[in-house]
Amino acid sequence: MQHGKYRFIVGFLVVPLGLYALFVVWPFIQSIYYSFTDWTGLSPEFKMVGLDNYKRMLHDDVFWKSLQHSLLFALVLPIVTISLALFFAFMINVGGRRRRGGPAITGVRGSSFYKIVYFFPQVLSIAIVALLFQFAYNPDSGAINSLLRGIGLDHVQPLWLGDPSLALWCVMAVLVWSTTGFFVVLFSAGMASIPAELYEAALIDGAGRATTFFRITLPLLWDTVQSGWVYMGILALGAESFAVVQIMTTGPGGPDYSTTVLVLYVYQKAFRDGQAAYATTIGVALLVVTLAFAAIVMRLGRRERLEF
Amino acid sequence: MKTTETPAPPPAEPGASVSKVDVPVSKPGRRKREGTVLNVFSHGVLVIWAIMVVTPLLWAVMTSFKDDGSIFGSPWALPDRLHFGNWARAWTEANMSGYFLNTVLVVGGSLIGTLVLGSMAAYVLARFDFPGNRFIYYLFIGGMSFPIMLALVPLFYVVNNMGLLNTIHGLILVYIAYSLPFTVFFLTAFFRTLPTSVAEAAFVDGASHTRTFFQIMLPMAKPGLISVGIFNFLGQWNQYMLPTVLNTDPDKKVLTQGLVQLAVSQGYKGDWSGLFAGLVMAMLPVLGAYIIFQRQVVQGLTAGALK
Repeated sequence: MQHGKYRFIVGFLVVPLGLYALFVVWPFIQSIYYSFTDWTGLSPEFKMVGLDNYKRMLHDDVFWKSLQHSLLFALVLPIVTISLALFFAFMINVGGRRRRGGPAITGVRGSSFYKIVYFFPQVLSIAIVALLFQFAYNPDSGAINSLLRGIGLDHVQPLWLGDPSLALWCVMAVLVWSTTGFFVVLFSAGMASIPAELYEAALIDGAGRATTFFRITLPLLWDTVQSGWVYMGILALGAESFAVVQIMTTGPGGPDYSTTVLVLYVYQKAFRDGQAAYATTIGVALLVVTLAFAAIVMRLGRRERLEF
Repeated sequence: MKTTETPAPPPAEPGASVSKVDVPVSKPGRRKREGTVLNVFSHGVLVIWAIMVVTPLLWAVMTSFKDDGSIFGSPWALPDRLHFGNWARAWTEANMSGYFLNTVLVVGGSLIGTLVLGSMAAYVLARFDFPGNRFIYYLFIGGMSFPIMLALVPLFYVVNNMGLLNTIHGLILVYIAYSLPFTVFFLTAFFRTLPTSVAEAAFVDGASHTRTFFQIMLPMAKPGLISVGIFNFLGQWNQYMLPTVLNTDPDKKVLTQGLVQLAVSQGYKGDWSGLFAGLVMAMLPVLGAYIIFQRQVVQGLTAGALK
């Protein structure tokens, strides 16, 4: 298969690679370079300023708040979402009533129905989800507070997104709502491929359901959980948190910077405040956080791969 | 799922009879009760989450048929009558039709482009050995874990200098570029699983590399293309961050942006029922498509994480 091989390879790679280099790789390289300049983004002139942007960043309270919130997103969201999803997936696959003569482990009735319904939010745009919940959280006429009034809790009327101590959690709850279903389906597929004999053997030996989960299901599912964790963390640091915070919160990022995240801060500095160079500096910090997060999860989660 | 429902002949119960041998007699009864309790508990928990997922969506549908007064006065009350006017207003006055058209154009163009360019690159990277192959592969893969926002700051000016800012074709090119990492990653793995013998036979018979690819390999890769196509379709249809930065012309806005824009402008226009109609309008096609192609969608979206 040598005839014209290189001409073919070049011919097939040049367009995709060129497009990718121009719109993805080149801007990444540029933005790292710009982080050492005083470029405003508004005029084409700029000069090198060395580490000034980085020094400024270290003394920027809003940056530290954003970093803190982003880290919280990357830690709390995957833990909550993945735990919930593992729990639901285990219930779907193992929670079924044992029938006489049937297999020791069965899924609940209607397991495919649950999986279909749980997946709904995943196909919706996060922007639409954010808008929807913004209405639900409205303190005066929103669905949640009026539900609380409806069941007699007239004095429990939080401001939700208007309350600096609650707003961040409200935003996170929306992301949990919208991503849990995806992981339920993902983990269910993994659990379904675990041989039933393993469970049967464990149950015969007197193991409870909880033991089978921690001793059989989780170890055998570990690879999937880990890659799901990285995937969720990257989303929580990047695009998803941008959309929910930018759409739902006042400011955006408020009240009183209580919900600002790194990705939103980059956007605001570049496209609202005309400080493109400083924005790329914060972007570099976000890049470092993202890569560190992925490396830590992969490192901590490394175990011997179990074959079954 | 149906297999779990079939009633089995009563006497045969291998699992329980074995456990009777080495555990006290009371155990099977306790185990059975535990099973029932667990079953009730799991159903309870699962139903609660299902309600939590469906309620906001049904609430949005219901609200889209109400008039403005009752949306705020009594959010949970059923509409007094079906206000279809909300939908008509959203479609024409709020320019949902324009946003739909833009989205269809952008997603249509970029989906085709992504699949064609992605499969070309993936095929070469999967099947041909040449210097730099690994480097190019990892260059593509690396794009999956980098925060896109970092690149967006200079990208805005790159796109602007090329005169592509606020244009449909500019947005298409950017969508393709940012969809390539996952597409190449997924399709490279897929092309590696396909047998080499068919392509070799075609090549021996005198087909060129290009012809072998388009007439032999692409049809063979159809299942992979469908999975990655669905993945990209949903990602591009729901994309919010890229157009927010690169596409700010009100006439060129895509659905997600248009809705957010609409929500912001309701602060002074006050047509909330129209906004809800718009939201539901944007939700329904994707939900409908998902329900119809449920199996393929789930496969397409989970395939990446399982690899």
